[in-house]
Amino acid sequence: MAIIEQLTQDFLRTKKLPHIWCPGCGNGIVTAALVRAIERAEYDQRDVVIVSGIGCSSRAAGYLNFNTLHTTHGRALAFATGLKMARPELKLFVIMGDGDCSAIGGNHFIHAARRNIDLTAIVVNNHIYGMTGGQHSPLTPEGKKATTAPGGTVEREFDLINLARGAGASFGAKGTAAQPRQLEQLITRGSQHKGFSLIEALSPCPIAYGRRNKLGGPVDMLRDMKEKSISVERASKLGEEELAGKTITGVIFDLEAPEYSEEYYRSISKEK
Amino acid sequence: MPETKPVLMQGNVACAEGAINAGVRFYAGYPITPSTEVAERMAARLPDLGGVFIQMEDEIASMAAVIGASIGGMRTLTATSGPGFSLKQENLGYAIMAEIPCVVVNVQRMGPSTGAPTAPAQGDVMQARWGTHGDHPIIAFSPASVYEAYYLTVAAVNLSQKIRQPIVMLLDEVIGHMREKVLIPETGRLMVEKSSDKVPADWKPYDDKGVTPLVPFGFGHYYHVTGLFHDQYGFPTTDPPQVARSLDRIHEKLDKYRDEIVLTNYIGHKEPRVAIVTYGCTVRSARAVVKKAYWQNRKEVGLLSLQTIWPFPEQEIKALAKQADVILVPEMNMGQIVGEIERHVRGEAEVVPVNRYDGEMITPDEISEAVGRWLS
Amino acid sequence: MGNRQEILLTGAGGQGLILASIVLAEAAVNDNKNVVQTQSYGPEARGGASMAGVIIDVDTIEYPKVANPTVLLCMNQASFNKFLPKVKPGCVVIVDSTFVTGPFQEEYKIQTYPITQTAKDELGREVVANMMALGVVNAATELVDRDIFRESIHKMAPKGSGELNQKAFDVGYRLYEHGSGQNFGFSAQTTE
Repeated sequence: MAIIEQLTQDFLRTKKLPHIWCPGCGNGIVTAALVRAIERAEYDQRDVVIVSGIGCSSRAAGYLNFNTLHTTHGRALAFATGLKMARPELKLFVIMGDGDCSAIGGNHFIHAARRNIDLTAIVVNNHIYGMTGGQHSPLTPEGKKATTAPGGTVEREFDLINLARGAGASFGAKGTAAQPRQLEQLITRGSQHKGFSLIEALSPCPIAYGRRNKLGGPVDMLRDMKEKSISVERASKLGEEELAGKTITGVIFDLEAPEYSEEYYRSISKEK
Repeated sequence: MPETKPVLMQGNVACAEGAINAGVRFYAGYPITPSTEVAERMAARLPDLGGVFIQMEDEIASMAAVIGASIGGMRTLTATSGPGFSLKQENLGYAIMAEIPCVVVNVQRMGPSTGAPTAPAQGDVMQARWGTHGDHPIIAFSPASVYEAYYLTVAAVNLSQKIRQPIVMLLDEVIGHMREKVLIPETGRLMVEKSSDKVPADWKPYDDKGVTPLVPFGFGHYYHVTGLFHDQYGFPTTDPPQVARSLDRIHEKLDKYRDEIVLTNYIGHKEPRVAIVTYGCTVRSARAVVKKAYWQNRKEVGLLSLQTIWPFPEQEIKALAKQADVILVPEMNMGQIVGEIERHVRGEAEVVPVNRYDGEMITPDEISEAVGRWLS
Repeated sequence: MGNRQEILLTGAGGQGLILASIVLAEAAVNDNKNVVQTQSYGPEARGGASMAGVIIDVDTIEYPKVANPTVLLCMNQASFNKFLPKVKPGCVVIVDSTFVTGPFQEEYKIQTYPITQTAKDELGREVVANMMALGVVNAATELVDRDIFRESIHKMAPKGSGELNQKAFDVGYRLYEHGSGQNFGFSAQTTE
């Protein structure tokens, strides 16, 4: 308990609380996991920068006591790329929502992954545009309802982890708000990995997504999330049929690849 | 002023070299005609200086990366042309709101849309002013020569740092692409105006009392940067007095530093009957006319050229309107700055547009003909 | 103001005329003159009709575009056809007779030299025809001090090709000195 209080004092801007998130929202759980992950990795507070986009989860930046950069919709990774190149010694965490990252920010996402620039991208995936009131995103599962898909969306969803891998990212992991300890560990590992690290964090949005799709209250959504999730290790022993409808969590890929800022600065020192 | 030497230089290259000599060490951009030479020069020069050149995935990302690098403490530049300038507007607004210094070069080509990529025009005057949404202040410089492209970029970089305001360098294709003899300092002689190195103990990123220097991220000052309306510490607010205060704040600094921002130049008769007001490459044609009409033939003609078009030099225009009967406004568009002039002249003088929008420069003959019509 | 010289260099994209215009402008700067260089951009500069303008003056140059050429160089037939009608009869017109066959109207001061052919025959390199053309132009007009021009060429040439380019420039002078219309091609004569 004492440790939590200490963390709260150091890393949270307690004066800015209470937060703007709805009751039952998973954003607080993901934010708390991030704070603990930073603590666990023992980064110097002054080296940590939180960058975020636009949307509910991106408001987390305002509550975290670091240098925090709340950018424009979809562009967080592009801002972060500039900052990282200017100051490669900084430790960047980029918080984005599913629509923010994969729709309007899709191009920046694949190019940040392609460059394998060293930062930790945390995509809080609640399958919906929450702040604007429940429109479907590229990560809304097919058939699910949204204000802009009243009969259920007929669009197919992105597989974000594989999209990142295909684009060139070197670390990809998936966790859920229902398993905050695992999420915390995944964020720590991702941040310690050199290169572009994606952590996709499934998070419940009972108000704009759960209610419309009759998924129950926050507790039901978290329980469902937990029941459906299966670790990478266990999943590797199961067949395709047994995995249907499951969410595979854990480190999906962890590769070694040249990192952009390091390669750039190495290349210019050679040119000198 | 460091020692100078004459060289042949292109306008776009002069922007790049001016930026470098003013301490810019970060460039992010996306290729677009007719501005690409700025990027190419930066790509060739910055690595040797330990700087960063990055070709981003699009124009939007370039603007974002430049802002990110500025927050990291670097002096930054990006360059584009009309279509790209349109794409940069959202994040340009962000930089204005969050008071992040940076310089955006827009080498104007003919629009709308893809238009004529290699044809000159001055059609982005109003886009530079109002391209991004909301009641924002903007500074835009418009060089009329390669020399001005160089020195106005130096001024833009330093001023941008000093008052934490993005500045637009509004070139046109003629100035961007032409090569000209210029006198510039030897490479490596920096013209960096340092605003302040020291952070006061009670430093606030958006101090109510006025502009404070930007303290880059990573030095233990844990403040928040956002495009939302914010308080003195950068935190979002919807409190009406604070919102209004926040908007006043970004406008007031332009008023406070007006003398450093608003640059104009007058040549010709002291009490002109016919005055020409113009900017960019069109200044050159107008100057040729005034040289002949006034210097050779002592006609009552004068030229006010605007190096700064935004904020609009309204005092200078009002003073001119008291002297002149007629103000001719040649522009390579269908009439943009002319409306602004009319607004401030308020009928004190006749304001007459001289427009050309066929992808060619306005010639001295065209201006001369208009002047002649009003002199007789 | 009477000193304003407007030189228009025209030909096909790839003949190196834009580079030639920059070299001429650079040489003029080195000769302490005011100079402005402009050129055609876009696809035509790469394949079609290429055009570059240089204005040289002792006074400040205001209007930067070539309006009334005092010198016109045409390195191919298309540019000759296109630009000759745009110049006044007093303009010095120099054409590369390798590619331009006429008609050479009498009202113009047209001088013809087999520039590209000579570059190929004598120097074995067609690519230096542009520097040879500059030699002809400068010999005919004395726009820039010859030594300063040669030095500028050497400075601006790609590594290792400075002397070849200077030589081409000198051969241009010799072509001019032999006179318009002389088609001597390979020659035993030496450059000075």
